[in-house]
Amino acid sequence: MTFHVNHPILYVLVGIIIAAVLAQSVYFLVRAMRRAKEIGIDSAVVRKTITSSAIFTIAPAVSVLVGVVALSKSLGVALPWLRLSVIGSLSYETIAAGNSIEALGMTFGDQITDPSAYVTVLWVMTIGIIIGLILTPLLTKRIQGGMKKIENRDKKWGEILTNAMFLGMISAFLGYVFCDVSLAFTGDFTGLIPVCVMAVSAVVMAICGLLATTCKQHWMNDYALPISLVLGMASAIPITAWLS
Amino acid sequence: MKKPMSYLDSVHRDGRIWGLFICFLIVCFPLAVSVLFGAFPQWEALWKGLLATAPMYWAVGIIEIFTYIPMLGAGGAYLSFVTGNISNLKLPCALDAMERANVKANSEEGEIISTIAIAVSSIVTTVIVILGVILIVPLSPILEAPVLDPAFDQMLPALFGGLAVVFVSKNRKLSVAPIVLMLALFIFVPALNRDTVGIMVPVGVLFTLLVARIMYKKGML
Repeated sequence: MTFHVNHPILYVLVGIIIAAVLAQSVYFLVRAMRRAKEIGIDSAVVRKTITSSAIFTIAPAVSVLVGVVALSKSLGVALPWLRLSVIGSLSYETIAAGNSIEALGMTFGDQITDPSAYVTVLWVMTIGIIIGLILTPLLTKRIQGGMKKIENRDKKWGEILTNAMFLGMISAFLGYVFCDVSLAFTGDFTGLIPVCVMAVSAVVMAICGLLATTCKQHWMNDYALPISLVLGMASAIPITAWLS
Repeated sequence: MKKPMSYLDSVHRDGRIWGLFICFLIVCFPLAVSVLFGAFPQWEALWKGLLATAPMYWAVGIIEIFTYIPMLGAGGAYLSFVTGNISNLKLPCALDAMERANVKANSEEGEIISTIAIAVSSIVTTVIVILGVILIVPLSPILEAPVLDPAFDQMLPALFGGLAVVFVSKNRKLSVAPIVLMLALFIFVPALNRDTVGIMVPVGVLFTLLVARIMYKKGML
């Protein structure tokens, strides 16, 4: 078989793995919906969870697609399609592919034509991410068992504990938004772009919340996060033009 | 008589089976490509590439497991660690869903709502990427249009701005210390940026837990 980064057989192999990943998600979705019915969760709540999660996911999913397009120049479409659908993120895959392409003595952006170079990149990308795939099945029950023990000992602390973890994660990302603000002192205002975008998104979220409660537009609550995300992202276009 | 398996136990059993099965498929892919094209890795380049990639990503992977699994719930964890994009998509999606459904993350209702949100999010992402791959030729010029670059570049600030309003307003007292610490660290330590934010998540989580514990013991929460 003559190798090509976009050889149909690569799409078939990737398609099989993607089908398995989709099947897993559908399986867990059906199980959770059945259980929801059994323990009496209102079907309207389940329906809303499904629609708002689906709508919220569209913008981030399109940005994943942008990553596939970016990586497809060197690696063809099949490999980035797999790597960004299963575990990968654009930053990781770019670094992993970049490191291996560099180790092969090639330049990132040139299309790979040699099958052994392709297999080398493939192994580096696969071994690099495999740790999460191996450890999650082995450790999840144990880690969650530990959490349950803490909660059973002190229920109130159990609730505070999970909230504190969420806040810890959110605060790290808020910190990141401000990482380049000090550049403003040197006359470079690009560091303020993420801060302004975050502010727009936060204001939109607050307005959605107010509309939902004062004007009784409760549907607004269900879509507040996707609305603030998309308007925040859209605002980045004029804000970047203004501050760059 | 054997006790029937609880929902949570069955989630763990099925999650392990699915997880290991998909892990097996992922490893089979490079093997299959090698066999089909009769090509083998260039060992020196493989070793160099791995040395530059694996140690850091394995360390980050292990830290992520201990940071995110307690927050994701069982079903959510098994799905998220297969489909990825945890901090920028799956976890925010689950948090928002639990908030809207008014359920606690550590209850069975929370487990179910978070699993539904993450499963739907995984399905939608996978389907959108499939459609994108099919339509890659007509879509590429649109997705790569320079005018859209800033929007995709600023996805994280746009996401966490909205999410922060919900969570900070609900936990005002507890959120002050971690936000002040993270702002100070990111502003004054030049090494902290977009690439290192993942490493700072566990730092933020541990610090917030410490603050929460002290405030809880003093009766402030």
